[in-house]
Amino acid sequence: MCLAVPAKILEIEGDTAVIEINGVRRSGNVSLIHNPEIGDYVLLHAGFAIQKWSEEDVREFNAITEEMQKLEQT
Amino acid sequence: MKQFSSHIENIQRLSEKTGRAVKLMEVCGTHTMAAFRSGLRSLLPSNVLLLSGPGCPVCVTAGDYIDRAIVIAHEPNTLVASFGDMIRVPGTDSSLEEARAHGARVLVVYSPLDALNEAIRHPKTQVVFLGVGFETTAPAVAWTIRESKRQGVSNYSVLCAHKTIPPAMAALLRSGDVKIDGFMCPGHVSVIIGSRPYEFICRDYNIPCVVAGFETADMAVSIGILLQQILNHRAEVVIQYSRSVNESGNAEAQAIMNEVFEECDDRWRGLGMIPHSGLRIRKQFAQHDALTIFGNLNIPAPRERPGCICGAILKGTQLPADCPLFRTQCTPETPVGACMVSSEGTCAAYYKYAKYTEHHESASKKG
Repeated sequence: MCLAVPAKILEIEGDTAVIEINGVRRSGNVSLIHNPEIGDYVLLHAGFAIQKWSEEDVREFNAITEEMQKLEQT
Repeated sequence: MKQFSSHIENIQRLSEKTGRAVKLMEVCGTHTMAAFRSGLRSLLPSNVLLLSGPGCPVCVTAGDYIDRAIVIAHEPNTLVASFGDMIRVPGTDSSLEEARAHGARVLVVYSPLDALNEAIRHPKTQVVFLGVGFETTAPAVAWTIRESKRQGVSNYSVLCAHKTIPPAMAALLRSGDVKIDGFMCPGHVSVIIGSRPYEFICRDYNIPCVVAGFETADMAVSIGILLQQILNHRAEVVIQYSRSVNESGNAEAQAIMNEVFEECDDRWRGLGMIPHSGLRIRKQFAQHDALTIFGNLNIPAPRERPGCICGAILKGTQLPADCPLFRTQCTPETPVGACMVSSEGTCAAYYKYAKYTEHHESASKKG
């Protein structure tokens, strides 16, 4: 139940944002994070952004998942 | 970032140095499932045992909560909205899913926002959201309660069973029922609360903690961190999941949780009553508290299913294979206990991946 997925903020209007997750767009609430901005990467849980990720965090996540995918293929 | 294989080699090297069986508890159900699904358990040395803890919200929700939700869902002009995992959990006589088949109004939602929007669209229906989950989820639910009050949405309420993780970890240690050498702390709970709330576990119980991410490499690194601490006789909170977690957590989320909820003692399935481990809705939001709105309903006394050992499994004192119902009467299609229902439940994980675990962990338990 505590699943959360990384997502990117594309648009913001009030507490609500258009968020992209793996190429899929949906709305999300951004009132639980400090100073949300367009272009921010966030962690989305139950329709709410609960944390921001830096560019470096995104790179680390991508590197980990890429390596895991390679391992699964081998 | 090191290669994944080097993390596994590190675990093997450190586990040999310990020279004994090491029991590490992954507190969070999402970690439990990730460790099974990825095959990480099969890569661990036989003296490193991962125990599943009480971090599956659906599993630890007391049976009378389900019974109350079912009674509410049968009330006229009322709709119960819930995350999907909850609706198959057996109550005393039926689940919400079975109740829905008999006319109760139950809606599965992805977010408490969906439940609030349902209330706004149908002002003559009392929409009751089942507030189940740990600190990860509680702020989102708190937001909908505050928002419904702000907008004057009088037909939205929450049946609150939110729980907090650190008191449950301490209760497990205090019980002495299971020996734990290290905790893998829940990553997304820690996004909200930060790492500081675990410090007393290290200080008072001398147990090392690591706040772990959910990728296989995150968990492998975290196991290495715990083994290294055990070898060095240290007990500290280390944040491995640093891309999401800091020491102090999410201040905005904590603020709204504190505004809407207050701490209370709470009963956990399997663990019993744990002081200061629950959240209840503050009086100033009582008009959105389903316990206030439906306070006079007659709820039958809950009964645990005979033979079900979910409680012991949630404490880590027994494994699913020890249960006489496991795989026979209790399967994902016909669950008897909550641990078999939830996608994060220990029994569901063992059922799905049992070929490996039965062999590996029966050997490990002997250590």
